[in-house]
Amino acid sequence: MRRYLLKRLLLAIPTIVGVTVLIFIVMRVLPGDPLAIIFGENTGIYVLTEEQLQASRRSLGLDKPLYAQYFAWMGDVLRGDFGRSFWRPDPVREIIVRRGAISAQIALMAVAISWVVGLPIGILSAVRRNSTLDYVSRFLVTLFMAVPSFWLGLTFILITVIFFTWKPPITVNYLWTDPLKNLQMTIGPAIAMGIGLGAFIARMNRTTLLEVIREDYVRTARAKGLTERVVILRHALKNSLLPVVTVSGLQLAGLLGGSVAVERAFGVPGLGTALVQAITERDWMVIQNLVLLYAVIFVFVNLAIDLAYGWIDPRVRYG
Amino acid sequence: MSVTEESRTVVARRMPERAPSHGLVELPLVASRALIGVLARFSRSSLLGAGSIAFLIILVFVAIFADQIAPYGPLVADYTALIHPPSLAHLAGTDNLGRDALSRVIIGARTTLFVAFTSIAIGEAVGSAWGVISGYAGGRFDLLSQRFLDVLMAFPGVILALLLLVALSAGVDTIIIAIAVTRVPGTARVIRSVVLSVREMDFVTSARAIGASPARVMAFHVAPQVVAPLLVIFASGLGGAIFAEAALSFLGLGIPPPAPSWGNMLGGILVTSFNPPWWLVVVPGLAITFTILALNLFGDALRDYLDPKLRGRLQQ
Repeated sequence: MRRYLLKRLLLAIPTIVGVTVLIFIVMRVLPGDPLAIIFGENTGIYVLTEEQLQASRRSLGLDKPLYAQYFAWMGDVLRGDFGRSFWRPDPVREIIVRRGAISAQIALMAVAISWVVGLPIGILSAVRRNSTLDYVSRFLVTLFMAVPSFWLGLTFILITVIFFTWKPPITVNYLWTDPLKNLQMTIGPAIAMGIGLGAFIARMNRTTLLEVIREDYVRTARAKGLTERVVILRHALKNSLLPVVTVSGLQLAGLLGGSVAVERAFGVPGLGTALVQAITERDWMVIQNLVLLYAVIFVFVNLAIDLAYGWIDPRVRYG
Repeated sequence: MSVTEESRTVVARRMPERAPSHGLVELPLVASRALIGVLARFSRSSLLGAGSIAFLIILVFVAIFADQIAPYGPLVADYTALIHPPSLAHLAGTDNLGRDALSRVIIGARTTLFVAFTSIAIGEAVGSAWGVISGYAGGRFDLLSQRFLDVLMAFPGVILALLLLVALSAGVDTIIIAIAVTRVPGTARVIRSVVLSVREMDFVTSARAIGASPARVMAFHVAPQVVAPLLVIFASGLGGAIFAEAALSFLGLGIPPPAPSWGNMLGGILVTSFNPPWWLVVVPGLAITFTILALNLFGDALRDYLDPKLRGRLQQ
């Protein structure tokens, strides 16, 4: 187990380094130097002279050769310093902590909602196979898998505005400062994303549960005279959860970065919004570090999924 | 009738597929008859699949003849009817510039479908070629390419798409490239896994044994085997591409206005008001939802039709 963990962690290093190199190169290869965009002759807001441009380049460290810039960045990251935004006074770490908290909270709530909604529907649908309930739930599942989350968000806002004359709060509140206001801000995006995910979970769970129910040990459990409830919830469900955990993990990894479009629909200042802003402003330092953050999250969530396998299904051995 | 003539008719009757010398003229006819046959068998295998394919065919026709079908031009502004709810004159209402929402959805279908189809075609072509080469070549090349795919997978696709869109400035070409790029790693992975098993089959070994070059083996012996999974990936990818285009355009980074696409119609509402008129939210949203729904149903039916065994592998 420990060896497996070590091996996986070592394997993660080239992937993460690869991502940093890729984003570093991509940003510098694509047209649009940050200073040229903001201070350029025709595009910019302020026009700087050539000397001023050089000076600000130097102050941002953009005058050094590329490899020096890359190693300076990596060195800073290893020291836990994520640099600061090119255009704003905020250190990138601040952005990550402030906005990441909101995105992470929404992501966790969305995944929780998807389980609360998806698992029971999946179980009922599998147990009552080909009943009216099954058909209705399969119809809803297929429908909600097709509904774009950000559109669900827009409809959610529309309904609350029209029928309840209620709007999401404009001010930003954290769970630890004002839980009620915070929930008002986060519940909408969480539901908008959670329902789509839940549909996926329900479908996945139904398929795998149907397979598991056919297995011998389930028949044995029934033959022992256990109630159907215990057979399904204790014996079958646990084994049908593996793919569900995989899917949820990957979804969570995707959501932690904040679903940009849903955040936009609700006007929530999460990581996704920060990223879009950084990209439009060519704020290289912010983009680089956010991408690095995503890559690290992705790699570790994948590792966590694999470790969860062993916990759910003790037959899984790590080699 | 002479003997030779009679025998010729017999031969012709026995081999109906082999067309005579003027066969080129009949080729479209034969092809369309074959296509109808496949469609009929497919429809019998799944009613939902048949319904979805009918919907998609109608949608494609609407997109092609959008100019003739749409009651108004997409940019024609009716200043006497700004933000009007659905009425007889404007069945789906008008937006803040008095443009007819129904016409914009119909014309937008063209953009949306075109972007989705081309981006997926490019993405899957590159991804499957990559998967075939990587899986067939094996060894160090495969190892390296797998690590590179790891990096691409860990690199959030949305960010790559956003970076490309901002750097290359929003437009139809850019959004096609941006969506295509995000499709490559996933496809390459799945196709590679199929190729790994195909590679060991006897017909591949025998092709190699008679001296076929690696390129020939890959193109004529391995590649045909990945067509079935590729079709399924293609169908499900289209839904994803429509979502991606809608989301990016919604963010204002996709199809630049005033040209309509389903995504930027939704995005446009937020720019102009915090209290969006319901028809402008509902109409483009339903268009997106039903199209993705039809594509998903079609993809599922196609998967069952082509190979029930594929189920597990492609659901991951």
